[in-house]
Amino acid sequence: MLAALRHRYGILLVLAIVIAVLPLAFPSSYYFRVASLVWVSAFAAIGLNILMGKAGQVSLGHAGFFGIGAYAVAIGPTHLGVPSLAAALLGCVLSALLAFLVGRPILRLKGHYLAIATLGFGVLVALVITTESRWTGGPDGISVMKLTLFGWRASGSDTWYWITGGLLLAGTWVALNLDDTPTGRAFRALHDSEIAARVTGVNVNRFKLQAFVVAAVYASLAGSALALMNGFVNPDQAGFLHSIELVTMVVLGGLGSVVGSIVGAAVLIMLPQVLTVFQEYENLMLGFIIIVSMIFMREGIVPVLSKFMTGRRA
Amino acid sequence: MTILKVSDIGISFGGLKAIDGVGFSVEAGQIFSIIGPNGAGKTTLFNVVSGIYEASQGRVELAGQDVTRFAPDALAARGLSRTFQNLQIFQRMTAIENVMVGRHLQERCNLFADLLRLPSVTRQNRETREAAAAFLDEVGLRDSADTLAGALSYGACKRLEIARALASEPRVLLLDEPAAGCNSVETEEIDRLICRVAAKGIAVVLVEHDMKLVMKISDRILVLERGRPLIEGSPAEVRANPAVLEAYLGKHGAREAARA
Amino acid sequence: MPEFFQFLVSGLTIGAVYALVALGFTLVYNASDVVNFAQGEFVMLGGMVTVFVHAAGVPLPFAALVAVIVSVVLGLLLYWLAIAPARGASAVSLIIITIGASILLRGAAQIVFDKQFHKLPSFSGDTPVQILGAAVQPQSFWVIGGTAVMVLLLYVFLERTLLGKAVLATSANRFAARLVGINTTTIMALAFGGSAAIGGVAGILITPITLTSYDVGTLLALKGFAAAMLGGMGNPLGAVAGGLLLGLLEAFGAGYISSTYKDAFAFIVILSALFAAPQGLFGRRTIERV
Repeated sequence: MLAALRHRYGILLVLAIVIAVLPLAFPSSYYFRVASLVWVSAFAAIGLNILMGKAGQVSLGHAGFFGIGAYAVAIGPTHLGVPSLAAALLGCVLSALLAFLVGRPILRLKGHYLAIATLGFGVLVALVITTESRWTGGPDGISVMKLTLFGWRASGSDTWYWITGGLLLAGTWVALNLDDTPTGRAFRALHDSEIAARVTGVNVNRFKLQAFVVAAVYASLAGSALALMNGFVNPDQAGFLHSIELVTMVVLGGLGSVVGSIVGAAVLIMLPQVLTVFQEYENLMLGFIIIVSMIFMREGIVPVLSKFMTGRRA
Repeated sequence: MTILKVSDIGISFGGLKAIDGVGFSVEAGQIFSIIGPNGAGKTTLFNVVSGIYEASQGRVELAGQDVTRFAPDALAARGLSRTFQNLQIFQRMTAIENVMVGRHLQERCNLFADLLRLPSVTRQNRETREAAAAFLDEVGLRDSADTLAGALSYGACKRLEIARALASEPRVLLLDEPAAGCNSVETEEIDRLICRVAAKGIAVVLVEHDMKLVMKISDRILVLERGRPLIEGSPAEVRANPAVLEAYLGKHGAREAARA
Repeated sequence: MPEFFQFLVSGLTIGAVYALVALGFTLVYNASDVVNFAQGEFVMLGGMVTVFVHAAGVPLPFAALVAVIVSVVLGLLLYWLAIAPARGASAVSLIIITIGASILLRGAAQIVFDKQFHKLPSFSGDTPVQILGAAVQPQSFWVIGGTAVMVLLLYVFLERTLLGKAVLATSANRFAARLVGINTTTIMALAFGGSAAIGGVAGILITPITLTSYDVGTLLALKGFAAAMLGGMGNPLGAVAGGLLLGLLEAFGAGYISSTYKDAFAFIVILSALFAAPQGLFGRRTIERV
């Protein structure tokens, strides 16, 4: 199986098998819900990984796009008469547009300036969502109409397990596609040396923006999926803490590694579930994980593990 | 035919005038060297010509077109490539991927096609890879194609940068101290490589400290001192000029050298 | 007209808090190149610890002292346990670590204290003072005055004491400072401790007016950072100016434009500032050497 992982689509195959086989081990529908949550978060994390891991930028406000996608499917059917799926697509378009407009000036910044600018952007989005309560229901959030396609209603935790699983597979496929392409190489080049990329003819600004837009669309879709699954949205989904959780998933799993983002999402989602008795300790734990993983496992779980395993064999 | 023409370039940092009134022109297939003591402004000049710094005065013309305010990637599209004194390779990419990035301008790059990995992308990849392999061959790095660039030796990295710069099929190649840190064997290889490049009709501008190499292969040499042009001429003219000795060795040292 | 003066005073008051947070940021940034996102939590702790220690029966001034000491200790622990071990990490990694620390501190506060809002009694009563037709809370004078005193103390420390000079040397060039025998590790720890103290004091000063709870730290850190950026990252005087300016912008924006979006002004201003002048109002442009 490890050999399969080395081939570009090997990861996809393994992931498909895992998704297909996992339900056999589920004793109750609760597990379907948790797994769906992991798939959705992993999907968002993979998108963020393209921006942070491949293109080497940072976005500490990414939950803003997640929130836009989530509120799009909440507001679309009720306020605009737009069916859920179209609303999700509208959310993507809006996120992409916003990412394009905001990204142009923001991505000229570097280092902590970029980090804080994206953070500020995320907070602004969450602020607007919380304040425009006539549309968004304010701090308490609003309910979301269930997704209906040609009369079939998408509900039930097992249905959503397969929907989100499929979404994750598609997202993984696209992310894996990127690497050995001109765009993917441009991302990685500007990450390693922006100045060398420039003199080699890579329009660095254009590619940074593309990575930002792609990551935004991933987050938006994830937000829409989660909202439709839960039947409910609230402003926390666009909030600062969620942005940090997404970044932690990517960094914890391993910057640049698609598998890493999935693993990071799994760890971060499942840990509080496993320790449900420690509900109050969620913040404490998250903070602790962030600090420890950034200090001791700087490269992330997957790269550290794979180095360990290849080292072992030699 | 004059490919690169630089006229009256000036740039200041804070109050310091790093370059003042420097100009030169290079013809296709010519090897033009810029020398001078440390701090003379050679790399700064390169940075201005390659669009990394913005000059406060002067003009840069590439094949007759005014490219003074052009950004580095726009210059690359017009046929100007360069290497760096302090290596700027893509450490986390393999050697061949580094050169493939060099082919970026020759590739068709479409986000959607790449996200979906359409058959056209796969086909183009193969062509890019083959072209890149040829350039790696040119600099003698064929065997290291799949090695991570960060794992290569210093000399290999220098050659990799040259391969990457050549991959975009430039008209002008700026080489910033290509022989720095190289032993005599490696310098020989650089020597032959540069001559091969010039023979293809590419204008080569060289910043170097290795005087033997410079005197051997240059068609013309420009000597800079404290940001100003001291003298421009053939290797023989430059070698014989006492002001050049003085610039490098100081008045006292020049007198000593002249006596020797 | 009285409206204007009202906004001016409230703007300066909250601006003073932002100035202190920004000053804390600047101190740490100068000594260690770290943007310490947990800075806001020290303000929170200043208020919260004082409230709870005072509620346990300790007289207010001593409770405040305990709060400052707790802040300093946590600031030092932050440096030793989270920053020092991460030597060599990238700027963004370090920011993320400090964000993790701020989340951890917030989580701890949630458990040790509670999730309610808490108030401290005003230092000299609640009777508003009438100035130019505006009703000014006496506590405002404490905040503005207290900030002025802290800034002055910091100035004297940095410019007139040997240790202060060592801090300045470390921020100018850490390596060179080490070469002349300055123990930069101690200096950095001092910076973290000092900024925590500044933050703690700010929290104690402002809690009578704005109340405090376990999660006020985040927004404060963001605004304090905005202020530091506005004044030019690393410039202490700029940080103070930036903080005051931000407070005023917020107060006038909330008063004349929209009060629901009060918090947004800080971010809109900061994003604009980042785009127009990344070096801040008083900073210097840096050139990258290739």
